[in-house]
Amino acid sequence: MKKKSWKSIPEGGIITTPGNSLKFKTGDWKTHYPEWNKEKCIQCLRCHFLCPEGAIKVKNGKVVGIDLDYCKGCGICADECPVKAIVMKKVGENGSD
Amino acid sequence: MRMNLKQLASKEERFVSGHRLCPGCAAPIIVRLTLKAIKQAVVVATATGCLEVSSTIFPYTSWRVPWIHNAFENAAATISGVEACYRALKRQGKIRKEIKFVAFGGDGGTYDIGLQSLSGALERGHDFLYVCYDNEAYMNTGIQRSSATPMGAWTNTSQVGSAQLGKKEHMKDLTSIVAAHNIPYVAQATPANYLDLMRKVEKGVSIKGPAFINVLSPCPRGWRFPHNKTIKIAQLAVDTCFWPLYEVENGVYKINFDPGKNKKPIREWILSQGRYKHLWKNRGFIREIQEFVDRRWERLKQLSSMG
Amino acid sequence: MGVIKKAMTGADAAAEAMRQINPDVVAAYPITPQTPIMHRFAQFVAEGKVKTEFVTVESEHSAMSACVGAATAGGRVMTATSANGLALMFEIVYIAASNRLPIVMNVVNRALSGPINIHCDHSDSMACRDSGWIQLYSENAEEVYENNLIAIKLAERVNMPVMVCQDGFITSHSVESMRVLDDASVRRFIGQYKPKHYLLDVEHPITSGPFDFYDYYFEHKRQQIEAMTKVIPAFYEIVDELGKLMGKHYETVEEYYLADAEFVVVSLNSTAGTVKHTVDELRKQGKRVGALKIRLFRPFPREDIAKYLRGKKAVAVLDRAATFGHVAPLYHEIRSALYEFPDKPRVVSYIYGLGGRDVNLGHITKVFNELESGTAQEENYLGVRDEDEP
Repeated sequence: MKKKSWKSIPEGGIITTPGNSLKFKTGDWKTHYPEWNKEKCIQCLRCHFLCPEGAIKVKNGKVVGIDLDYCKGCGICADECPVKAIVMKKVGENGSD
Repeated sequence: MRMNLKQLASKEERFVSGHRLCPGCAAPIIVRLTLKAIKQAVVVATATGCLEVSSTIFPYTSWRVPWIHNAFENAAATISGVEACYRALKRQGKIRKEIKFVAFGGDGGTYDIGLQSLSGALERGHDFLYVCYDNEAYMNTGIQRSSATPMGAWTNTSQVGSAQLGKKEHMKDLTSIVAAHNIPYVAQATPANYLDLMRKVEKGVSIKGPAFINVLSPCPRGWRFPHNKTIKIAQLAVDTCFWPLYEVENGVYKINFDPGKNKKPIREWILSQGRYKHLWKNRGFIREIQEFVDRRWERLKQLSSMG
Repeated sequence: MGVIKKAMTGADAAAEAMRQINPDVVAAYPITPQTPIMHRFAQFVAEGKVKTEFVTVESEHSAMSACVGAATAGGRVMTATSANGLALMFEIVYIAASNRLPIVMNVVNRALSGPINIHCDHSDSMACRDSGWIQLYSENAEEVYENNLIAIKLAERVNMPVMVCQDGFITSHSVESMRVLDDASVRRFIGQYKPKHYLLDVEHPITSGPFDFYDYYFEHKRQQIEAMTKVIPAFYEIVDELGKLMGKHYETVEEYYLADAEFVVVSLNSTAGTVKHTVDELRKQGKRVGALKIRLFRPFPREDIAKYLRGKKAVAVLDRAATFGHVAPLYHEIRSALYEFPDKPRVVSYIYGLGGRDVNLGHITKVFNELESGTAQEENYLGVRDEDEP
């Protein structure tokens, strides 16, 4: 994000755009990424509740995927999945997930 | 108070990605769970610390609810002011909406520098929920001991050497101190027991007056464990009775989980974290810590049997 | 006109203004000599005369913290303190200003410890002069009352907190004859508070109090500096309006016989009254003397001060505070304001009244005499014992 001057930022230090941290993609932090096996998944939603980033996406009560743009690769989801439907894989040499 | 997990999981996140907390940090898990468990509109105050700094680096914010940070020691005083203004405007008919008030503080901003402002807010009976995310040290400033740091733990200000083996004092029992304020609802929780935590949050905001939940927040950096083990460590705290899950509702103690015969020895807790590595072979010290945990657990059982 | 004659102490005048302003939240902690303001206001609360949520916090740090919370939530917020109370809330005082919150605080001037002293001097409010708060000083109970009304309107106009100062015990605890407006006139004058961004507007969530790296802090501070430049014009608009209601003319400073004065004494708060009285006496003897009272101290009214002091022979600046290691604060700032003018007067410093040491007609007469005879040093002291009592 290009830096703004003192004339264009809100006064009093406030931020008026809630949740705009979504513009800051922390996905490049990870050395390992979670691979989700849709077939093995029993949709217990445990990973969704325990993800520090909120990166496990849920729609209509079902896990639909993991947002690798923000996932930091902490591995909690893989460690906590009761059926090992998530496995941590090393990020490729060229940085691919 | 049955919770529909599917509904809760499908709710729009009120604390979004893009924050700079460490991989595997328990604090954002605690915040997501807390905000999910509250149905109503909510205003949040946060003390200076890991959570506040990492979630609001200007010009970014991870908060999709009204949010205020003031200083380190005054989250409770700040939310008192917000809540007082709400009461004033509601009485004047200028606001009709139901709004809940939540303050988040680390152990630093709650047990130590923030203790006075917390005590004052509790005593005055403001209608708010205070959630302490206890990572057992001043982590944001680089791992220094707080009164919440357990005895024997290494930190940068309770170092290990020939003259000293980590922190000399036992951890302060803040949950009991808060309970002594005779507020309607006090509880201990962990993110590992997320259903229990969310139920407690829901209870905390539904009662009228102050509510307090002390949530253990394992820190991979400061406690020295792999960042995928955060939840396992939190569960171990409960299984060893190092961090019992309990509630104090209008002065009545209730233990939520008693491991009974499956209670794990504190040695397992100590072996799981590098901050204790100087004690791994120190049977005498480990025995002392076990005695402390057992004493506290027995007392808690006594209190909850008084019913 | 709705002007009513009353007899009140400065503390009661502040409380009366607060009653008429009827803020949403007052969060305060007791400290001598601010206490009578809160006692009187607490009585109004108990009698249902105000709609205020009165939060009796457990320290001054929590008082300003709760005020910041309440003001960010969207309420009209007021409080009061003195001396070490102000010192204790110091970090939050800076935050209130940088968050651009229109909080109004009555500061009943009292010496900062140590040793502990409960009497009047200006070390407390002087210590906050860099904080980003607007500062108004009050000579008497009527000015305390007026300054509170000006403060609320000014704070909300420029989005900046305002400190209204008065001398501890001297003004706060002395009954004086003064005038107030009727309730309806005050309500009309201050109007409704309509904040643009506030926490309780849950449909439009704001984040207040973020973390700045080195890439944004400077810009935020530059904004604050800029905002201060808008204060004096706003002040004049507001006091012109108040002037029509009270039948008075207000400026950032008050000049007294300066038109043909050769020797001038500059002061703040109640001592200005003593100086004006001395001027009256000396004028009877044909001396060409005058007084300049500073009412608005922050932002510092450089232009008005230069306008009144240029061309004078000699000026003595009275400071009821010291800056250890440098010259006294008001003196320092007055000198700086006159520096570039070729017709600047000789300016000297008198430190007086620390810790409530009394200052009277005799002392001020001595000052004028020393100005006239040229025996005044660069730095002088009024009333301190240089020798043991015989």
